[in-house]
Amino acid sequence: MTELVPVLTATWGSEQSWSLDTYTKAGGYAPLKKALGMAPTDIIQSVKDSGLRGRGGAGFPTGMKWGFLPPDDGGPRYLVVNADESEPGTCKDIPTMLAAPHALVEGVAITSFAIGCNHAFIYIRGEVAHVHRRVQQAVREAYEAGHLGKDIHGSGFDLDVTVHAGAGAYICGEETALLDSLEGRRGQPRLKPPFPAVAGLYARPTVVNNVESVASVPSIIGNGVDWFTAMGTERSKGMGIFSLSGHVQRPGQYEAPLGITLRELLQLAGGIREGHELKFWTPGGSSTPMFTEDQLDTPLDYEAVGAAGSMLGTRALQIFDETTCVVRAVTRWTEFYKHESCGKCTPCREGTYWLTQILKRIEGGRGTQADIQQLLDTCDSIAGRSFCALGDGATSSIISSVKLFREEYEAHVEQGGCPFDHAASALFEYSDTPATEEAHA
Amino acid sequence: MTATADKPAAAAVETVTLTIDGTEVTVPKGTLIIRAAEQVGIEIPRFCDHPALKPAGACRQCLVDVASPGPDGNLRAFPKPQASCTMTVSPGMVVNTQHTSEEADRAQKGVMELLLINHPLDCPVCDKGGECPLQNQAMSHGRPESRFVDVKRVFEKPLALSSEILLDRERCVLCQRCTRFSKEIAGDAFIDLQNRGAQQQIGTFDEDVLDFDGYRPVGAAAVDESGKAFSSYYSGNTVQICPVGALTSAAYRFRSRPFDLVSSASISEHDSSGAAIRIDHRRGTILRRLADNDPVVNEDWITDKDRFAFAWQNLSDRLTRPLVRKDGELVETSWPEALAAAAAGIKAHTGDDASAAVLVGGRVTLEDAYAYQKLARVVLGTNDVDARARAASDEEQAFLGSQVAGTGLGVTFGELEKAPVVVLVGFEAEDEGGVVFLRLRKSLGRQRVVAIAPYLTRGAQKLDASLVPALPGREAAALADLPEDVREALSQPGAVVVLGERAAEAPGSFTAALDLASSTGARLAWIPRRAGERGAVEAGTLPGLLPGGRAATLKGAREAVAQAWGVESLPTAKGRDTAGIVAAAAEGAIGALVVGGVSASDLTGDVAAALEATGFVVSLEVRRSEIAEAADVVLPVAPPSEKSGTFVNWEGRLRSFATAIHTDAMSDHRVLDLLAREWGVELGTATVEAVNAELAALGAADAGERPAAPKVKAPARSPRAKKGTALLASWHQLVDEGALQDGEPYLAGTGRAAVARMSQATADALGDAASVTVSTEAGAIELPVVVTDMVDGAVWVPLKSPGSWVARDLRAGAGAVVTVKGAA
Amino acid sequence: MTYDETTLAQLTEDAAAIIARYPVKRSALLPMLHLVQSVDGFVSPDGIQFCADRLELTAAEVSAVATFYTQYKRRPNGEYQVGVCTNTLCAVMGGDRIWDELSDHVGVGHDETTEDGKITLERLECNAACDYAPVMMVNWEFFDNQTPESAKQVVDDLRAGKDVAPTRGPATVCSFKQVSRVLAGFDDGRANEDQGAGEATLAGLEAAKGQGWEASK
Repeated sequence: MTELVPVLTATWGSEQSWSLDTYTKAGGYAPLKKALGMAPTDIIQSVKDSGLRGRGGAGFPTGMKWGFLPPDDGGPRYLVVNADESEPGTCKDIPTMLAAPHALVEGVAITSFAIGCNHAFIYIRGEVAHVHRRVQQAVREAYEAGHLGKDIHGSGFDLDVTVHAGAGAYICGEETALLDSLEGRRGQPRLKPPFPAVAGLYARPTVVNNVESVASVPSIIGNGVDWFTAMGTERSKGMGIFSLSGHVQRPGQYEAPLGITLRELLQLAGGIREGHELKFWTPGGSSTPMFTEDQLDTPLDYEAVGAAGSMLGTRALQIFDETTCVVRAVTRWTEFYKHESCGKCTPCREGTYWLTQILKRIEGGRGTQADIQQLLDTCDSIAGRSFCALGDGATSSIISSVKLFREEYEAHVEQGGCPFDHAASALFEYSDTPATEEAHA
Repeated sequence: MTATADKPAAAAVETVTLTIDGTEVTVPKGTLIIRAAEQVGIEIPRFCDHPALKPAGACRQCLVDVASPGPDGNLRAFPKPQASCTMTVSPGMVVNTQHTSEEADRAQKGVMELLLINHPLDCPVCDKGGECPLQNQAMSHGRPESRFVDVKRVFEKPLALSSEILLDRERCVLCQRCTRFSKEIAGDAFIDLQNRGAQQQIGTFDEDVLDFDGYRPVGAAAVDESGKAFSSYYSGNTVQICPVGALTSAAYRFRSRPFDLVSSASISEHDSSGAAIRIDHRRGTILRRLADNDPVVNEDWITDKDRFAFAWQNLSDRLTRPLVRKDGELVETSWPEALAAAAAGIKAHTGDDASAAVLVGGRVTLEDAYAYQKLARVVLGTNDVDARARAASDEEQAFLGSQVAGTGLGVTFGELEKAPVVVLVGFEAEDEGGVVFLRLRKSLGRQRVVAIAPYLTRGAQKLDASLVPALPGREAAALADLPEDVREALSQPGAVVVLGERAAEAPGSFTAALDLASSTGARLAWIPRRAGERGAVEAGTLPGLLPGGRAATLKGAREAVAQAWGVESLPTAKGRDTAGIVAAAAEGAIGALVVGGVSASDLTGDVAAALEATGFVVSLEVRRSEIAEAADVVLPVAPPSEKSGTFVNWEGRLRSFATAIHTDAMSDHRVLDLLAREWGVELGTATVEAVNAELAALGAADAGERPAAPKVKAPARSPRAKKGTALLASWHQLVDEGALQDGEPYLAGTGRAAVARMSQATADALGDAASVTVSTEAGAIELPVVVTDMVDGAVWVPLKSPGSWVARDLRAGAGAVVTVKGAA
Repeated sequence: MTYDETTLAQLTEDAAAIIARYPVKRSALLPMLHLVQSVDGFVSPDGIQFCADRLELTAAEVSAVATFYTQYKRRPNGEYQVGVCTNTLCAVMGGDRIWDELSDHVGVGHDETTEDGKITLERLECNAACDYAPVMMVNWEFFDNQTPESAKQVVDDLRAGKDVAPTRGPATVCSFKQVSRVLAGFDDGRANEDQGAGEATLAGLEAAKGQGWEASK
């Protein structure tokens, strides 16, 4: 049985867990002081050696990303924390920032020191007011305690941190779109190259990292590389927060070494809700191809999940039981992508528009067999063709659900409607199902 | 002059060799895959890509399979197809397009299908049909049938972006060529087409709102990205580069199919850039004009005036038959009768006590200009001949004769682009220079632009120019007293000082410019407004100049020309310029006038009085103009599309064009050749070839045959303007009520409304009135006031915009003292 | 612009504070639009012009940004932005039903505001609280584990002027304008208010504690 490892989550249950006091009492900011005594290149090397991979979904080796910054040319370099958590199913960064914002702040300080950044930004999606309060306060407290600001702890290192609010756009979770948004523009992705490491924020070398990636840095520095590499699997080191949601008894945030399986997590979470069984689930949010009970024992790390045909992503485990209509679920996700498409490239803009219409017809019982094939054909015109990964993400649930549950699509076609009782999927009881209006025009 | 080291031999361009569809191709490093493919005849379909615009990679149509050698030397294929318009070539790269890669073909077909799902089936009514990249590429790279059975998104259509440019939003494939052109090349805020969600951002212009800081167009316009009414002099280019029929022009909408049209290459007659255009005509009627690609002059672009202003050539007042006045009425006659009447009339009214004069106008070709001045000198025995139908000066003439005429190519477009610093004197790049402006914009950020002017216009701001403020007419003092850093900048190799034709309104400015050039090493470029100006200089169609830059006042020069012409001698009396001719004629001192393409309303002199008081007037005109109406004999001449000839552009480059539409209309030079025969003179200007042969034989003047360089002192500091007066500043806006823009209301609607600009202080002195009356003894102009950051004591009004015809109404020019009074 | 002197002065002062946080002032645009919402209750034409003037942008450059992001409202918003997540997971878990009943109950649809100006309803995309599905947000505070009844009760209480507490976050929900000011980066002193971390948030930690598991150091 893989054991859970409360590292980032360890203080979440403490009294006033978000305060500097609680964080410091639990050993917080000692890693910062240690880091300030290290050479920045050594910090980068440590993070490289730890094998930490970006926790925002892509899983790119974090230390390697830091290493891509060109040599210092005397101009500014930036760290931007991607706290735009918006991928459906993903809900780990928000609680982190609510319960332990200082883990993020300390991580920002150490990372900035390592990469030579004197002004870091934390871009938080705007739809979470209390998170903003907590992070803003944590930054204030850190300044007051001398963990931020001028000559931090006598090291000669200066660091300013700006907390920035997004305003409602999933695409701004894409790193180059985030940079454009942070520059005060519409959040549309940029051409790469140049990569942010070379020309990012204000065309300067920039590192963009996820909240959890940055928040993991203090523990790596504090506890050592070996401690981190002792957890996880061969190429997916360390711990991660697994977000369980949906038809489980005890949904929530479970911090575990990478490589834990869903079966193990479900055991810890009390299993699927009483009287029901697992039907399908996403390993890494709606943008990842869905899994079924066949993958209950697949180790949840980057390699194994990839080999099994999906992506670890953000470990956003959305669990759906047999009462759930797959077509309904996929339709709603597709409407999400259409709503959030920035519009820049043809495949995503037109493709999600088309897919949504087909799916709505199928879901509403007005679809045909040809429509099912058309879904796949249209996805084929989007995946790998779009400007950024939003287009690819939009196709994942469709392609995987048709592969796994084609008969359900066909049932909608043949029966002229949805064979499922939506009320059965809900967590509360209700009867009679009025027509649901379209999610977003 | 600074000593410069020998230029090193042109650096060898680094090249890259790669394989595309099995064919090896070597291209300069940094070339995009899509460009490299074109080099070997492989056309990858595309929409957002355009060679003159920065890569966007938005449409995804140009996807190809790419494999690149890895660090171990082995070829590594990219996991997914790449946009060939954003990826540059690398050594050993292997590219497989739709021709050799099924994946690439499938990807392209997929994108094409997606582009068509929301595209309306407008082809039967869409202007672009027949020349549409979407149609063409859908045929070659798409599916024959649509699989989309759902609801297309629709928009209200069409949207009038301006009175000329219409937008059908459903046709738009969001390639953003239009927004990128407008932003990158023209610097105009274009309407933003994208919006996440269905919000409508576009509104129609509210004419009652006066919040436009003076650049509001005359006609209706949509709100652009700047929140102001869309107004751009280059908007027509977006219609040409739009790969679908989303952007169309009101003038051409629904009028033709491209396969009905015959295309003729030509040169625009609207300014001195000599932009290459393509005239599309059908059965003798011009339906539209497009930009032709000319990398050396106008690249891919032309102004809206170049593009849309051609109706003038065939309005209802077009002359096709000669007219002779009989019993007070102009009556159609035959050519022989008209020519004979013209000659007889001129002979009768000229002699020992009265002479003839020739007003040529600035729109003539090189060959026409040559014929006019030769007629004047050889047949009419006078040096009273001038092609400058605008403010001119002897200083300017001396400058042109000594520095410009017969010098061939001077500063070129390319050199202007590369100049580290450009100083503009009496020249508004956007309003008066057309494509020159676009060329300067190309160097934005890499070139310093300094404007010597009363204020920074929007065009100058788009060039990021800095201002050396100068009162109108006082530019010479500013030139002589430039800030030190500007002088230093001018000492860099390649630096250019541009003199517009309005330098002639600023006494001393040519002299000061020459001083500046000699002390800094900067080069001078003279950029006039009209197409015929430089040609007139070459041909000697100025009172003091003979062909090739020879001074008409120098005996030796006269003798050389006389000999070449086979005549005994040339007239010696000092010639009058346009203003002088008009003034003299108004006093009855001119016996006979021969007038070419001149608009009476462009001259400050009293042309009506001049015509009235002159015994005999012969008008050579395309249209039955005011002057033709008052003439005794009217000889019709061909408009540019119906003749061949040469415009000499401001660079000194010969811009020849062939007849586009064949009619029996004759060029001015041919008509004059016929007219000269009435005197028994073989003018030698019957054909274009004949004229050019003579010009070639005459060649350029030696230094000794030329007028001396000008040496005019700048006027002393002007006294403080008396209360209630100001110095008049004025120039033509690009789109205005110039005669060659007649008959084209859609274009006219895009012209900027006339306003009067003045500084806050000047406005305060008027009691902060909302509008101002600018007047002289001759008349008045009333315009709304726009407070502008500019020199005090000056008021700027447009030279010939609706409600503001300065020459005609004020009979004054720039630098004149005018009365200003606030109106309610 | 129709801001009165005092408002304009305050806005200007606040804008300056926001701009000072960034090396390039255009970056201040998003927080400044939140600031405008905190004054006008939506992104008004005046607000757009204000941002344009302060940041030396054109009005429609500002407007183009404002229309890209869903949090910026182009029409006067209700005092309480009530959003029901209807993305897949929440919808399946009951969000669809909550939306239908709530919309019916309140009498307005998506992006519409009640006559009394109190409530604007919105169908939300994923708000990163999936372990608390079905989720409702009121002025961007969490209302976890909702049912149609609880949702209606919350809205009724809001309309009746009662203090309403979120399930996670501060003691009470503040107004749309007030929360916009928080998003603009101004402290309202309420960071230490707390409704508890939430059961789901601590689920893993509790499970670990229950098993006696600790992360080795």
